[in-house]
Amino acid sequence: METEFTPWLSLTGGVMIGAAAVLLLWLNGKIAGISGIVGSALSDYSPASAWRWCFVVGLILGGGISLYQFVGVEQIELRASTPVLLAAGLLVGFGTRLGSGCTSGHGVCGIGRLSHRSILATLVFMAVAFAVVFVQRHMLGA
Amino acid sequence: MKQGIAALLAGLLFGAGLAVSGMLIPDKVLNFLDIAGHWDPSLAFVMGGAIAVTLPGFYLVTKRERPVLAEVFSLPSATEIDAKLLIGAALFGLGWGLSGLCPAPALVNIATGLGDVLMFVAAMVAGMLLHKVSRL
Repeated sequence: METEFTPWLSLTGGVMIGAAAVLLLWLNGKIAGISGIVGSALSDYSPASAWRWCFVVGLILGGGISLYQFVGVEQIELRASTPVLLAAGLLVGFGTRLGSGCTSGHGVCGIGRLSHRSILATLVFMAVAFAVVFVQRHMLGA
Repeated sequence: MKQGIAALLAGLLFGAGLAVSGMLIPDKVLNFLDIAGHWDPSLAFVMGGAIAVTLPGFYLVTKRERPVLAEVFSLPSATEIDAKLLIGAALFGLGWGLSGLCPAPALVNIATGLGDVLMFVAAMVAGMLLHKVSRL
């Protein structure tokens, strides 16, 4: 499915994401890395971890309401087969924990801190993702 | 309590930003990753916009002695490039490229109630737990 180039909306959304990350660091002293927040919430049940659940609830509420208001839920469609989606989910969950971060933790926050690890991790996951899509769409013709 | 409210607010803004940016739409993510096809460069603007805020924002915030509501800044301490970082990032990139979903959009898309999304999130959580029990 072709999608429209949306530079202004994407830039605005990006600024909001960055502002949310700065807000969390300024107020709570925490990094807004989603895989880290969820992964830690799943393994640390102490009261000190409660903020993580609050963040996740806010994320799903804020994102969900905006999705219905501004995006349109009909735009959300996964095209991969069930086995591929299950494998992809496992890879995303396991890989982000092993690599200590995802698009938000490494890409937005880590690069924002000029962390060498995050800059490298971002280059690696982007390069692999570009390669996967190239192979799927242009070599396998999916 | 205050930290919970702060986290809730940050989450709300983060989620709304994801929706406005277009990152929730897997087709848009995959079209960004498809330079050789009908390339949609939008996501470069998402990342650019976010880093344009975090770069100066984090610099200014970490000049403070402590966060507003907590005792200390909890920042990652690792500095070494190791195999875990590289292999983990590669596995994540593989899953991201196959699906068009990274962790935050996957979670937000729970709100669609789509079976495919719920299945992906269940597998993602399983992957996280698998990492935990593997003690890697």
